Amino acid sequence: MAKITYIEHSGAEHTVDVKTGLSVMEGAIKNNVPGIDADCGGACACATCHVYVDAAFEGKTGEKSAMEESMLDFAENVEPNSRLSCQIKVTDELDGLIVRLPESQH
Amino acid sequence: MSDPKAKVVILGAGHAGGSMAAFLRQFGHEGPIVLIGDEPIPPYQRPPLSKAWLKGEADAASLALKDRAWYADNGCDLRLGVTATAVNRGDRTVTLSTGETLSYDILVFATGARARKLPVPGADLNGVLELRTAADAEQLKAALGPDRRLAIVGGGYVGLEAAASARALGAHAMVLERESRILARVACPQLSDFFTAYHQARGVRFELGVEIAGFEGEDGQVRRVRLADGRAVDCDAVLVGIGAIPNDDLARASGLECVNGIVVDLDARTADPAVFSIGDVTHRPLPLYDRMVRLESVPNALEQAKVAAGVIAGRPPLTPEVPWFWSDQFDLKLQIAGMPFDADAILVRGDPATAKFAIFHLKGDQIQAVEAVNSPPEFMMGKQLIGNRKPVSRERLADTTVSMKEVAA
Repeated sequence: MAKITYIEHSGAEHTVDVKTGLSVMEGAIKNNVPGIDADCGGACACATCHVYVDAAFEGKTGEKSAMEESMLDFAENVEPNSRLSCQIKVTDELDGLIVRLPESQH
Repeated sequence: MSDPKAKVVILGAGHAGGSMAAFLRQFGHEGPIVLIGDEPIPPYQRPPLSKAWLKGEADAASLALKDRAWYADNGCDLRLGVTATAVNRGDRTVTLSTGETLSYDILVFATGARARKLPVPGADLNGVLELRTAADAEQLKAALGPDRRLAIVGGGYVGLEAAASARALGAHAMVLERESRILARVACPQLSDFFTAYHQARGVRFELGVEIAGFEGEDGQVRRVRLADGRAVDCDAVLVGIGAIPNDDLARASGLECVNGIVVDLDARTADPAVFSIGDVTHRPLPLYDRMVRLESVPNALEQAKVAAGVIAGRPPLTPEVPWFWSDQFDLKLQIAGMPFDADAILVRGDPATAKFAIFHLKGDQIQAVEAVNSPPEFMMGKQLIGNRKPVSRERLADTTVSMKEVAA
């Protein structure tokens, strides 16, 4: 279990407990956190679960696959700390993780 | 005309119905929501059923759209194992299989589609399976394992994904297709050829242009598929994946217009202002192609769920999306954007031999559709170009040394 804080573009914060093994995207969807669409359900096929990972956790969220890198390249407002949250598996190490959400996923 | 207190009754607790309930709450709808599903479990994602689920890489909890508690916590009355048996639009009521009658202010048909049956002898034998629901997937999973033999009737996406999963589990897979190529209804010949070769190289066998005469068994269990030419294909299980039929019977009986699905407008509304319909069951306008179509896809279900929830919650209208689809087979990710309507040319970018290429369907200098294999840039940029109708140069599009961003510049 890890506590994850999702911060909407509006500034609204949602802190929820997410089971290890789920993805950061699934943690948002199952807890009805708005701002992550995840149209493809985690297949890395749509780039609608874009998040910005807080600097303190950048080393702990794993490497981007070539597929993720390539999909992200075409998302809107991409930053160096951009990730597709369906590709980040929740581990105990990510307890306290903060991710910020973009204004729009489309 | 939105009413934040309206009672919304959603028939069908699939991806569309479940998402619509969630969007309504997310958009601030305050009225009661009743979500009625004939399956025993809350709404879940179907696409992994033929992929991660079969391979044991997903479980029921990970497939669920929401945790069970979400429904009670959000005032969503989830009725499972229940179907609607009649709709009376005059007095705005729905009769359920439990005998109960529910009133509604707004009714949503999210009844999806059911697997088309093969009307041949032996179709009711044990081991003759279809793949629409989690229960179907559970049966198929139990039938797969090292050296088990799966016969797959229908070379569409469901069949091919199941074939790839079967091979990953060490099972034998034989695809039996009536047409002269797989994916005949949904993809161009170049893509069919590529997928056939890729599957063959990984042990999947194909019989094309064959008719199924029937299924034969022993002690009620299927043992072989009999082809119309007399040949037999021995097997331990059969998956029939030959398309789906919209569940529009109830809507039709209630007097709503149905043409291969329930006819809706761009707001996902039927001719009755109190009745919406979303997802696989709808016959919907696609302004980009100036047509009415029925789409079987998760993105379509999500889009219409969001559109209808937005209309009910009084939000500003959404721009229609470019339809898109995806399929995972072996290590291939196929992403399709748009539909090849009215295309006058096919252009291949990249080399299929490298399993990384994209097929563009062009109408003049406009992209109508793109089928991208392991090629996210072609898919993502292609989807944008389909949506904004920006003309492209065919020469540059065919030249892989010109990036997709440059093609679109």
